[in-house]
Amino acid sequence: MNKLWIWGPLGLFLMFSGLAAYQLTQPKDEFVQSTMIGKPIPDFDLRPAHQDRPGLAIADLKDGKPKLLNIWASWCVPCIAEAPHLEALNRAGAEIVGVAIRDRPADVARFLAQHGNPYTRIGADDLSEVQLSVGSSGVPETFVVDGNGIILHQHIGDVRAEHVPMLLQKLAEAGA
Amino acid sequence: MAAELGLAALWLAAALSVLQLIGGALAQRDTNSDLAKLVRPAAVMQGLLAGFAFLVLLYLFAVTDLSVKLVAANSHSDKPMIFKLAGAWGNHEGSMLLWITVMALAGGLIGFVERRLPEQTMQATLAAQAFVGLGFYAFLLLSSNPFERLPEPAMEGMGLNPLLQDIGLAFHPPTLYFGYVGLSVAFSFAVGALLTRQVNPDFARAMRPWVLGAWIFLTLGITAGSYWAYYELGWGGWWFWDPVENASLMPWLAATALLHSVSVLAARDALRTWTIMLGVVAFSMSMLGTFLVRSGILTSVHAFAADPERGTFILGLLILYIGGALLLFGLRASSISEGDRFSVTSREGALVFNNVMLSAILGIVLLGTLYPLLTEAFDVRVSVGPPYFNPVGAVFTIPMLMVMAVGPLLRWRQDSFTRVKWPIIISAVVMVAVLALVVILGSYSILADLGLAVAVALGIGSFMPLRGRNLLRVPIATWGMVVAHFGIAVALFGMASESAFSEEKLAAISVGESTQVGPWQVTLDAVEPVAGPNWTAIQANLGASYDGGTSIELTPQSRNFWAPPQETTESVLATRWNGQLYAVVGNEAGDGRWQLRLWWKPFVTLIWYGGILVALGGLLALIGRVKTDLKRRYVVKRAGDRRAEAAS
Repeated sequence: MNKLWIWGPLGLFLMFSGLAAYQLTQPKDEFVQSTMIGKPIPDFDLRPAHQDRPGLAIADLKDGKPKLLNIWASWCVPCIAEAPHLEALNRAGAEIVGVAIRDRPADVARFLAQHGNPYTRIGADDLSEVQLSVGSSGVPETFVVDGNGIILHQHIGDVRAEHVPMLLQKLAEAGA
Repeated sequence: MAAELGLAALWLAAALSVLQLIGGALAQRDTNSDLAKLVRPAAVMQGLLAGFAFLVLLYLFAVTDLSVKLVAANSHSDKPMIFKLAGAWGNHEGSMLLWITVMALAGGLIGFVERRLPEQTMQATLAAQAFVGLGFYAFLLLSSNPFERLPEPAMEGMGLNPLLQDIGLAFHPPTLYFGYVGLSVAFSFAVGALLTRQVNPDFARAMRPWVLGAWIFLTLGITAGSYWAYYELGWGGWWFWDPVENASLMPWLAATALLHSVSVLAARDALRTWTIMLGVVAFSMSMLGTFLVRSGILTSVHAFAADPERGTFILGLLILYIGGALLLFGLRASSISEGDRFSVTSREGALVFNNVMLSAILGIVLLGTLYPLLTEAFDVRVSVGPPYFNPVGAVFTIPMLMVMAVGPLLRWRQDSFTRVKWPIIISAVVMVAVLALVVILGSYSILADLGLAVAVALGIGSFMPLRGRNLLRVPIATWGMVVAHFGIAVALFGMASESAFSEEKLAAISVGESTQVGPWQVTLDAVEPVAGPNWTAIQANLGASYDGGTSIELTPQSRNFWAPPQETTESVLATRWNGQLYAVVGNEAGDGRWQLRLWWKPFVTLIWYGGILVALGGLLALIGRVKTDLKRRYVVKRAGDRRAEAAS
C-alpha cells in the first residue's frame, strides 16, 4: 500500500505523458463532419443572391439530377482559391449550385465578375439557415447531393486540383 | 539596440542559471566550496537580469518599436498606452518571458532573504530552481525569442486581439502567472528537501510564505478571470469548466491542500511526505496547465499560440521536471520518516480530511479535463462539461465544507467531538433551516439548495474560532483563516443563489417597447451607432427600473474592431446589493426589432466578493506569518549576540 502511493503519482504521470506524446504526433482533425450525410436536406427556399442567377429552393435539388452544392461567400479568401477548380468541375459537366453565406449582392457580383461564375443557381443565405441545416460549420464546403436531395458526401475546405476527379467520381456514382 | 540588450540580458541570465545549477549540485558534497558560495549571488543576479529583459520588452511595446517582430504582430501605434503595455504579455513569447522573469525574481528573492534553512538545503533548492528555469530559458531562447527583429520594419502593427483590450484581462494573466510560477518555489523547496532529506517544521515555515503568496495570486487570478468571462464573453455564465479555466483551478486546489498540510508540518511536524508530494504536485499542475493551453492538444476558446512543436518542447520539459521530481520522490519518500502521529478527531485529522477531499476534487477536475484526450486516442469525441463536474465535484466539496465549519475548533493532536458538540449542532440546525427555507421559496435544484444551506452554516461556522477570545489579541494569521473561510462561504452563497434563482429573458423588441425579467422592467429607448478609438458599435439605450423604481440607463454595445476585424459584445451590468441585471444587445431581427438578452442574477456578485475575501484572508495570514518569522529571527539573533558576548 505504502509503495503504491509513493510510486502511483509517477505511474499516472507517465501514462499521461505517453498519451499526450501520442496525441501530439497525431494530425489534429479540426473538421466537424456533418451528421446529415445520407439524409435528405430539410426544406428551404432562398432568394437569389445575384441578378443573373435564380435563387435556390429544395425543389431544385430534387429534380433527379445529382449536383454539387457549394457553400461559399465573397468575403471568404479560400473561396477565391477554389474558384478555378469549381470552373474545372463545371467544364467537366458537373452542375454546381451555390449558397452565398451572409453576403451582399454588390459583393457577390464583384466576386463573380472577378473569379468566374460556375453556378447555375445562387441562393442568399443571410442567416446561415441552409448552411446549418446541411451540417456545414464553415466556408467553403462542398456537398455532393443526389437527384432526390440526399447528401452523399461532404468536402470540407477549399476544393483543390487533386479533389476534382474525386468529386466527379462521386457525382458519377450518384448517376450524373 | 534595446531589443539586443534585452536578448543579451536573457542569455546572461541563462548562463548564470547554469552556474547556479552546477554550484548547487557541487554544494551537495561541500557546502563551503567556492562555487557553492556563488549560488546565492548567481540567483540574485539572474533575477535582476531577467527582470531587466522584461522591462526592455515593456519599453519596446511602449514605444511601439515595429522593427521587433513580436511588437509588429501584437501591437498597434493607435492603441491606448495601457493596452500597449499589456500587449507585452498578451502573446506566447511575451508571456513565457514573464514566466521566466517571475521565476528568476522569486529565485533571487529566496537567495537574498532565506537564512533559516541549512545552507545545503538552500543550495539544493536554488539548484532545483535553476534547473527548472533553464528549461524555460532554452524554450524561450531557442524557439520563442521575444526580441526577434524583422528584416524590414513593419509599417503598422497587427493590433491586439480586441477581446484582450480590456483592463481586467490585461492584468488577469500576469496575476495567474505570479501564482503559477510562485508555486515553482514550493516545488524547488520540495526537491531540495528530498535531496537533503531535511523535512521539518523549519522547512515548512520557510516554504509557507511562498505557498501563501502564490495562492493569493492564484485566488485573485481565478476570481478576476471568472468575472472577465462573465461580463466580456456575454454568455451570462461565470464558470465554464473550459480546459484553461481548469488549468488555473487545478494548481489552486493543490496549493490550497499544500497550504493546509504545510501548516500541519509547521505546527506539529506531521504529514512530512504528503507535504513534499503536494509541493511537487502543485507546480506540476501549473506546468501541466501551461502545456494543455500552449500545445493546442485540447480544444479550448483560450487555445492561443497553439503549436504542436512548442507542445512537444513543453511536454519534454514536463517529463523532465515532473517525472524527475516524482522519481526522486519515489526513491526518497520511504526514507523520510512520517513525523508525529495524531488522532482522527483532532485539528490534524480535520486538515487531513480537507487534504483528501481537495485531492479528490483535483483528481476529478484532472480526469474531466484529460478525458477527451484519452477518448480521442480511440477516435471518440466527447466534451466533458458541467453535468460531470458539478455533481461529481459537489460529492466531495459539500462534505469538505461541512468539516471546514467545525475543523478549526478542534485542538491539535487529540480532541473529542463532545467538546465541540454545540457548534456542530448549531451548524446542523442552521443548515436544515436554510434548506427548508429555499425549498419553500421554490428552488428544487438539489445542488443549489445544498450549496445555500452549507454556505450559511459555514458563514456562521467560520467565525466560531473567535468566540470567547479577546478579538484584539487574536493572531493576525487566525484572522486570515477566519476571513478566508468566510470568503469561501460568501462565494458559495453567490454560486448557489445564481444557479437557484437566476431568471433569463431573450426578447426581440422595437424602440419604445419594454420587457420584464425578474423584478426589472427594461425599455428599449433608442438604438444608435457610436465610435471609439479603434472600433465602431451599435449601442442600445435601455431604461431599466427595479420593481417600479426610478429608471437607470444601460448601454450595451455590439462592437466591431477593425485591427484585426472582430466583433465583440459589450454587455452591461446594473448592480444592486441583492444581485445584478445583465444585458446584451444582439442583432437586428430584420423588422425593426432588436434582440435583447437579459438576466436577473440574485446575489451573483457575492461569487467575486467571496473570492476577494479569500485572497484577503490569505494576505492577512501572510502578514501574520511574516511578522512572527521576523520576530523569531530577531529573537534568535539577540540570543546569538548574547551568547557571543558571554563567550568573549
